[in-house]
Amino acid sequence: MNSFDEAWSNLPDFLSWHVLLSVSALALGLLISLPLAVLATRNRVLRGGALTFASLIQTIPSLALLALFYPVLLALSHFTQARLGFGFRALGFLPALLALTLYSMLPVLRNTITALAGIDPAIKMAARGVGMTRSQALVLVELPLAAPIIMAGIRTAAVWVIGTATLATPIGQTSLGNYIFTGLQTENYVFVLFGVVSAAGLAILVDRLLALSEDGLARRSRGRVAASLAGLALVIGASLYPMFAPAERSVVIGTKSFDEQYILGNVIADRLHAAGIATTRRDGLGSTVIFRALAAGDLDVYVDYSGTIWANEMKRADSPGRAAVLAEMAGWMKQTYGIRMVGGLGFENAYAFVMPRAKADALHIATLADLAAYAPRLRIGGDFEIFSRPEWRAVQAAYGLKFGVQRQYQANLMYNALTGGDVDVISAFSSDGRIAQYDLKVLGDPKGALPPYDAILLVSPAHANDDALLTALKPLVGAIDLKTMQQANLTVDRPDDKQSPAQAARWLESKIGR
Amino acid sequence: MRGFTLIGRARASTRGRGDASCEDGAVIELQGLSKAYANSPAPVVRRLSFTVADGEFLVLVGESGSGKTTTLNMINRLVEPSEGVIRVDGEDVLALDAVTLRRRMGYVFQGAGLFPHMTVAENIAVTPRLLGWPRAQSEARVDELLELVRLAPGAYRGRLPRELSGGQQQRVALARALAARPKIMLMDEPFGALDPLIRDDLAEDYRQIHERLKLTTIFVTHDMTEAMLLGDRIAVMRDGTLVQIGTPNELLGAPADDFVKALFDTPRKRARRLAQVLQAAP
Repeated sequence: MNSFDEAWSNLPDFLSWHVLLSVSALALGLLISLPLAVLATRNRVLRGGALTFASLIQTIPSLALLALFYPVLLALSHFTQARLGFGFRALGFLPALLALTLYSMLPVLRNTITALAGIDPAIKMAARGVGMTRSQALVLVELPLAAPIIMAGIRTAAVWVIGTATLATPIGQTSLGNYIFTGLQTENYVFVLFGVVSAAGLAILVDRLLALSEDGLARRSRGRVAASLAGLALVIGASLYPMFAPAERSVVIGTKSFDEQYILGNVIADRLHAAGIATTRRDGLGSTVIFRALAAGDLDVYVDYSGTIWANEMKRADSPGRAAVLAEMAGWMKQTYGIRMVGGLGFENAYAFVMPRAKADALHIATLADLAAYAPRLRIGGDFEIFSRPEWRAVQAAYGLKFGVQRQYQANLMYNALTGGDVDVISAFSSDGRIAQYDLKVLGDPKGALPPYDAILLVSPAHANDDALLTALKPLVGAIDLKTMQQANLTVDRPDDKQSPAQAARWLESKIGR
Repeated sequence: MRGFTLIGRARASTRGRGDASCEDGAVIELQGLSKAYANSPAPVVRRLSFTVADGEFLVLVGESGSGKTTTLNMINRLVEPSEGVIRVDGEDVLALDAVTLRRRMGYVFQGAGLFPHMTVAENIAVTPRLLGWPRAQSEARVDELLELVRLAPGAYRGRLPRELSGGQQQRVALARALAARPKIMLMDEPFGALDPLIRDDLAEDYRQIHERLKLTTIFVTHDMTEAMLLGDRIAVMRDGTLVQIGTPNELLGAPADDFVKALFDTPRKRARRLAQVLQAAP
């Protein structure tokens, strides 16, 4: 299966979620914005407040707005769980819906307020004069006259929401953004383009259909409005159709946002399918989000790395060795969250600080300790997480590292930055095939500042005793060695003869040989 | 619902011109009516009292800012009076629901104010619709009214206001005001924005409609010629107070002060000059 076919086969799933999310957010947004706008035309304070609030929302970067809802909902869910005895899913549809709803409000509010305020006073006078009540004047005269301008606002909101809904992917809501995020991580530009074109195409189609409505309202042509509504119903109906196909209860597989995770996600999915277990995917989740999601039952299975949980969740700074860390962690997760650790996959994906070999040798740098003297004159590159993680603070403290320049990159571009000479050191991952490919030198950690990072299979509390699931996953334990994982990663990461994560997964399965 | 007795009640007595000063059977009574706004120092209307008889055509005149429009708007409570009493057929208007009250009075103002998204027929039928008339009845009423204001129903029913001339729009506005068979018509410079020819036509047509339907009309204008041609009586206002009220002849013959005298001199002077010009012509 080539990339295009793979992208095409995902379209029904991604598109239906994208449309459901956008339509729900827009509908909820209108339900709030329209009455608010009507009230605002009668109350100066409310008008100022509503417009300022909606404008403020627009100034928050949309990705951040979406991401912010997760912790808020999580806290709320904990609260309702404690006080009222029920919780809800803080990841996925709900935070995306709420963020997009807020995002849709400004154009509708602004246009409705402007349109209602701009109605000829003589006409409002006439409405009162013929004996209309306030609400009759609103419904029979003011809203119909304001309708074309309100519709223009709805159009703008629709295009914004459809575009921004692609950002729902990182908070665990499937959308057309899955193509873009997966594509960016794996440098699969067919995927990226597929996502961009399909989201843009949907936005343009909806915009044209709403334009027909707007035109119909302006010319008072019922035919046009009806045609537009029929078109919209068709688009929404066709998009949502796959959702109503008979669905089975499925196991949710999560992945973080890098290639190894996508490959392992596919491996897990293939194994579960072989065992007759249905799966759904939540791809490209952030490191902390994904663990919380598993604990909360929003996810059922994913691969994490022991050091990540050791440092970030257990807040441990010591490093008692691979086996001890694994044993202690398994007990802690079980006791604290009821999470089941199925076992290690057999390889480590540790944080590894690397330099081009030639440069490291010229400066006689072999370990992080050697690096300290040169650090102020060097530039370090990292992914979006490393510099805010406890491991980085531990490394800095242990070796007294202070770099002249510190830059952040999307994980893949980090290597290009290093080989292109934009930075001198990067925080790579030990299972990355590019370390060997680019002949990079991994700097030693003589003080043991970094914990071990065994890849481990985790299962949610709800499935902790699901024998069918555990039996299907067990063969993966200890089955993948570092070299094999590096090779699999490289087939996806290398610039030439690039493979999709699904292809790499199949290759990896053949190596596991079961 | 006692207020509904006003609508469509046939009235036997109609008075001829110049015979309307009798207070007996009065329809509209204003007593000590004032309007003051919080943000302006002087009241716009001060302790105004007069009575309009059943079937009378009263014209309110005065310079702009004299309080004519405010007075008119207080009668159908588009403006709420600060103090005073308004009675219609002896009933206290301020105790009624303002919306119900407005549905019982026709209201026409300068610039027509037709609803641009409704056809001529929909505009005319708007008050009957609000009152819940059966569809067939309001349809028939629309045709009847279009005939009354001299617009061919077949040609005009389905048109939108923007497809009409200013005069035609004002005829439709008049039809809309008459739709629910009001006995009282409040008109605020209704023909003020029209060309003189059309204006005189419409004014004359309206005076006939007033007679035929036995309406009671209060008509605001600042055109003295129009006032004298239309009104049974004329009420002169200045600075929110009533200066004088009477038939055109009474006001011409015995003006209360120099202001009223000057006001009524204007049309007379113009008539004299016009006569001179016409005589001088070959």
